[in-house]
Amino acid sequence: MRTDKQKFVRSPAPDTSLRVNRSRRRFMLGAGGFTFATAVGVPDLSAFAAAANQKVLNPYVTLATDGAVYIMSPAAEMGQGSLTSLPRIVADEMDADWSRVTIVPAPPNDKLYGNPLFGRLQYTAGSATVTGYFTPLRQFGAQVRYVLMENAARHWNVPISELTTAPGTVVHANSGRKLSYGDIAAFAKIPGEAPEVALEPLDRARFRLIGHDIGRIDVPLKVNGSAQYSIDVQVPGMIYGAILRQPVEGAAPERIDEAAARAIEGVMQIVPLKYGVGVLADTPWAAFKAKNALKVSWSRKATGWGHSSAKALEQFSAVARDPSRKGVAWEEKGDVHAAMKRAATVFEGEYRADYAYHAQMEPLNSVAAVSPAGDACEIWCGTQSQTIAVTAVANALGIPESRVKFNGMLLGGGFGRRGNRDVEFIVDSALMSKAAGRPVKVLWTREDDVHNGRFRPLYVNRISAGMDANGQLIAWHHRVVSDRVLAFMDPVRWKVMKGRDNIAMRGTELPTYEIADRLAEGLQQDTGMRTAPLRAIGVGQNAFANEVFMDEVAAKRGIDPIQFRLQHLAKVPRARHVIEEVARMADWGRKREGRGLGIAYLDYSGTQLAGIAEVSVERASGAINVHNFWCTIDVGVPVHPDNVIAQSESSLVYGLGLALMERITIEDGVVQQSNFYDYHVPRMKDLPPIHIKLIPTPNHPTGAGQMTTPLVAPAISNAVYQLTGVRLRQQPMLSARVLQALREGTTRIS
Amino acid sequence: MTQKITAPLTVNGQRHTITAHEDTPLLWVLREHLKLTGTKYGCGVGQCGACTVHLDGKPTQSCLHAFKDIAGRRITTIEGLAPGGQHPLQKAWIAEQVPQCGYCQSGQIMRAAGLLKEKPRPSRDEIVEYMSPNICRCGTYVRIVRAIERAAKEV
Repeated sequence: MRTDKQKFVRSPAPDTSLRVNRSRRRFMLGAGGFTFATAVGVPDLSAFAAAANQKVLNPYVTLATDGAVYIMSPAAEMGQGSLTSLPRIVADEMDADWSRVTIVPAPPNDKLYGNPLFGRLQYTAGSATVTGYFTPLRQFGAQVRYVLMENAARHWNVPISELTTAPGTVVHANSGRKLSYGDIAAFAKIPGEAPEVALEPLDRARFRLIGHDIGRIDVPLKVNGSAQYSIDVQVPGMIYGAILRQPVEGAAPERIDEAAARAIEGVMQIVPLKYGVGVLADTPWAAFKAKNALKVSWSRKATGWGHSSAKALEQFSAVARDPSRKGVAWEEKGDVHAAMKRAATVFEGEYRADYAYHAQMEPLNSVAAVSPAGDACEIWCGTQSQTIAVTAVANALGIPESRVKFNGMLLGGGFGRRGNRDVEFIVDSALMSKAAGRPVKVLWTREDDVHNGRFRPLYVNRISAGMDANGQLIAWHHRVVSDRVLAFMDPVRWKVMKGRDNIAMRGTELPTYEIADRLAEGLQQDTGMRTAPLRAIGVGQNAFANEVFMDEVAAKRGIDPIQFRLQHLAKVPRARHVIEEVARMADWGRKREGRGLGIAYLDYSGTQLAGIAEVSVERASGAINVHNFWCTIDVGVPVHPDNVIAQSESSLVYGLGLALMERITIEDGVVQQSNFYDYHVPRMKDLPPIHIKLIPTPNHPTGAGQMTTPLVAPAISNAVYQLTGVRLRQQPMLSARVLQALREGTTRIS
Repeated sequence: MTQKITAPLTVNGQRHTITAHEDTPLLWVLREHLKLTGTKYGCGVGQCGACTVHLDGKPTQSCLHAFKDIAGRRITTIEGLAPGGQHPLQKAWIAEQVPQCGYCQSGQIMRAAGLLKEKPRPSRDEIVEYMSPNICRCGTYVRIVRAIERAAKEV
């Protein structure tokens, strides 16, 4: 299937393989002293089979006769660590010697490497990687161990029940004999159909690698400048492309004045595209200059023209308040309308959020080399889905997928920006290379990345809650009006979801609070705006609405907000535990002069979390200072505990930005911000001391990559309320908004 | 209209002769002319610090210096910070498992190296103040601080 397969055929010695694959890197892990190799290139399963001294045990594991173990890692590495975590799961169950493991990024293949949680799409998103692959990878590992033991049993002519394993070795204790996995690989017969092996239940499993910390294999590359992102790819004969893109999705270039651009030394070609005008040049700088020198007028047919984010907030609010506008049910339990009629008291609240931008540090880019005949293409890119990238490029060029060779590079941040079905930033280079007839690296400037961002949508959330005479919530009705996301970012999944926009709606559901009758309904609007999942997707805003509203109801009842939550979590011990523990860590009952404390709790895809913020407010400016943030997280079995902590730190910082400073505004369909001087993200000076406690429990591992992000905004808002009596109901809680809220008291602000 | 010029540049102790548009930022000269891709492009306007290198021994954002203004000057990039990537900061970065996506980390390390040159024993506040020009979108700041403190003990 690959055009130059032989290039990637591995020879047995890792040193030799370094020479055959120029993108392969070897390095030492500092602390552990283990030697690993990683390939950020194209491994080919058939290449393993081709080597006489290697045995492919299953799609994930290949053993060499010298004891080397090659384990495929199917996920994209964007900083979340699953390149290391997933092979650890396999290695643990097969009892591999971790020092002999080479991690190999899996090639694009949904059938072999897709995530079961995404219908077997090879797609890294939603903090669903470890949770989705955990059981299949345990099974693959356990099967390898079983097959090796079975072969050893046959070899020694002893019952398999007398055998055990030590790392990398099958042991027959009765006779004192041992066979290394490499020795067995030399004579092993691999059954055509893998046996199903019973896995130990998690409360009894004795893991040797899972649950223990290890250095991530990509970390050493990332401290000496050798880590390769797609922006770093150099291909012989490569030139550079920049694209002046449509200001609004769907607008097309009408008149192109390219004279000034062509006059720039180094400019080679101007490439008209459906969605913009491309420039090809001999250096990136010449390409950027030429792009900036283009004068283009755009068709006015696109939906997004005329859209204003300020006006849209009011329009969305009107939709949210109009009971004749029915939404699509996202979560429905019982009969919320009947329950609301029975309620002794009904509360209502409205919450808002502005558009937010991913701001991954690596501006989008890709490299493509289209064959002179235009019938094949090689791509280098950082993508959250290997297979989506291949399909999109094949479709854009009108060639079969088998003619697209994929080189997956490290991602300089993903956060949801690189998993859209059309991967426009990858198709760019394919189209430009085809026009150029040679390899092209297409670079987006930071300004391109902001102006053509695909944002977390604009939100207006309206919640009503009914309470019985005993102060127990009995009904919860959450209406979400936002730009549509799924229909835009992934039309394929949108069809499967039948009108349910999971990206916009996630987080409205309340799986743990004991509230019998609930309805969460979505009223997504086609504003023509470009949208995407953004770290914590819908949960980032919907949990803000839920958790601030929860606090408001507690306050109106005069009940402590933690007690009020616990009262509705009587049957969920894991939820109670994260809340009680975070309250203990923060010393919740202790009053602080001039400071407020606020709590937020969340069940995010099964992960249990709670956070407490300690804040003060500068009354003159409205600035919120966060002095401490405490957080507890229970992900079940933490496969890589230190990495769960690292991801939680990371997600909290991301949440802090969304809570306090990050805002995109739109006028006449056009993005008003350009770069980090007008789109502010958290810097080191913005951070409070962060205190995280990981609570391991013997449950199936759940997500860790973005879970703490949605805790931050509601905890801060609730803390500001405790301190000032003023409710902040819109993200971000900009100082001007706080100031206005302080002046107006508790009335709604926008 | 700017012209291409040819000028010498000393990078990581090696002298090169480069031909580029005179207004080309040092960043792109390093990345695309010299293939030193450890120095990253993040914003192009001196706002994020991903492109931080040392110019005559001091950390600076390489996107802000035009080629014509730096001819003949001494530049150090992440590739040349220490032989074998064994600077105490690089070792501390691994020990604390700092990087996530890793894209900003060359710039973070180069900036931190400037700090330790100026102040071998920086206080927590001095670290925060000095490092705040550099953005890490993965929010690894907690570990960056820990790694700088660890390296400062070892220098």
